[in-house]
Amino acid sequence: MAQEPARGDSFRVQTKGGAMAQFLQQLINGISIGSIYALMAVGYSLVYSIMNFSNFAHGSVIMLGAYFGFFAMKFLGAAFPVAFLLAALGSALVAVILERLAYKPLRDRNAPFLYFIITAMGASIFIDNFVIATIGPTPKMYPQIFEQAPIILGELAIGRIDLAMFVISAVCLVALIIFIDHTKMGKAIQATAYNMKASALMGINTNFVIVLVFAIGGGLAGIAGVLYGMKYQVYPQIGNITMKSFIAAVFGGLGSLPGALIGALLLGLIETMVSGYLSTQYRDLIAFIILIAMLVVRPTGIMGKNAEEKA
Amino acid sequence: MEYVLGILVLSAINLIAVLGLSILTGFTGLFSFGHAGFMAIGAYVAAIFTARLHLPFEVALIAAGIAAGIVSVALGRLTLKLKGDYFCIATMGFGEAVRLLLNNWKWVGGARGWESIPKFEGPQFILPFVVAALAVVFSWNLVNSRQGRNLVAVREEELAAQMSGINVLHSKMTALIVSAVLAGIAGALMANFIGFIAPKSFNMQKSTELIIIVIFGGLGSISGSVVGALLLTALPEVFRAFSDWRLVFYGLAVIIIMVGRPQGLMGGIELTPSGVRKALAARRTRAEFAKISAADTPTDADSPVDGGSK
Repeated sequence: MAQEPARGDSFRVQTKGGAMAQFLQQLINGISIGSIYALMAVGYSLVYSIMNFSNFAHGSVIMLGAYFGFFAMKFLGAAFPVAFLLAALGSALVAVILERLAYKPLRDRNAPFLYFIITAMGASIFIDNFVIATIGPTPKMYPQIFEQAPIILGELAIGRIDLAMFVISAVCLVALIIFIDHTKMGKAIQATAYNMKASALMGINTNFVIVLVFAIGGGLAGIAGVLYGMKYQVYPQIGNITMKSFIAAVFGGLGSLPGALIGALLLGLIETMVSGYLSTQYRDLIAFIILIAMLVVRPTGIMGKNAEEKA
Repeated sequence: MEYVLGILVLSAINLIAVLGLSILTGFTGLFSFGHAGFMAIGAYVAAIFTARLHLPFEVALIAAGIAAGIVSVALGRLTLKLKGDYFCIATMGFGEAVRLLLNNWKWVGGARGWESIPKFEGPQFILPFVVAALAVVFSWNLVNSRQGRNLVAVREEELAAQMSGINVLHSKMTALIVSAVLAGIAGALMANFIGFIAPKSFNMQKSTELIIIVIFGGLGSISGSVVGALLLTALPEVFRAFSDWRLVFYGLAVIIIMVGRPQGLMGGIELTPSGVRKALAARRTRAEFAKISAADTPTDADSPVDGGSK
């Protein structure tokens, strides 16, 4: 298997300013990467809130999204927004197909939780290696869309792609929050997450809600994949960064959307601060150590609710 | 001949790690994404003992097992109270943390790996087979002991197990320690067999490959794990030409097994005369039962062992 390309940042402007400016610079970088983690973590957490199991195939859907966007731009010559849309639709479709073919038979059978996780793992292995076998393991570069030159604000330098990542993620997340809080379907999702059986008895089509949730999670994953691919590269192991979204979701409390959001931003900040002030090599290590520490001290996360289910 | 021997040794090594995971996942129902981490600990401890301290393989092997066991106790203390997904994610974090630590530890070679570890020579090749045989006997006895039945009870219904006086946490801890020690020993054998170790050999893919073997063999079957380990280590060598597609098929097969035949290759059936007899009897009972009750009761595969023991 090919080695994962080093996640060296495409460019990171070293500001010559003082300690304060450097800190603000790290803050900006942290929020930018954190907003991508948020896109991933929210989709993952949404599925968890309904299905009560970790969809470990989420990362593979993100990876496919990155490839969809890449091919749409490279071969269809699609414009940047169109590529986004195609990637989101494609990933949503994959997520729904996965649900129908792999998870639904298990749900129908009332299979134990262990089987869901194993199936998700199998799906992830299948998708990742299918891409390696067909497209190949070599990383691919997105066509350049944003100028390399960053926007200079006083002593700070903001990469255009970083800004786009933040804006697009924020728009998607706000749209999702509005959808969940203010539409009938959103209410149905909330109700199903609260109690699936009771919701079904109240006339909510829970099967549809599940498909909807997978579609939303998949769509967000696709957008996250394109953004990540644009900032770095596209390669079959992109999915590995979903580990970050698991961590983010656990930080915030599994199944809680605001929790996933806060956890993701926090994780992004911690990572950039560690790589900025300590060393890039310790970035992931510290993320995992904090994860285990968090699980020990407060397994329900920052925003977590029902403790007895998890402890 | 050397080539075949090599594959057999690798099968034996894989088998040792798989047996541990079989006890943890198949019998106790705990899913771990991080057992490559325990293998890594075993491998590096063995490498330090043999290459730096110049101690014999046997000593290194025992030290590797003990080291992995100690780490597993610490991990278990921290994470075994967590349920399902949280435990999974925690083990995943553990496995990756071990790998990243080794990546940054220059004294043991860092990310580039560690070469020139003393290798087995001549009759020492027997060591992996002896250990594997011992591991099979040990696992077999464990799952057929009172302790083993406790594990199955915990897997089937934790609350009920607790109510019947089983110390759930203790049972889970036992399974975790046994699996970690076996993984550590497997890692040690690997280090001294190949003579080269690198952190990237113990990534998450290694953990998932071990899990896949357990699933192929069947959750809750020791003989299934044995067959699975031998088969899945040897088959890729035979189908070298399709190596790119190997994991594609594995992934697909895992889904199909979970959806269609969750008990796996052997699931709950043990390859012994009495095990086969029991399985056949169960099949006969099921057929009669199906005749009696009109087919409106859906067959519920709730339990991974609905093949044999019911």
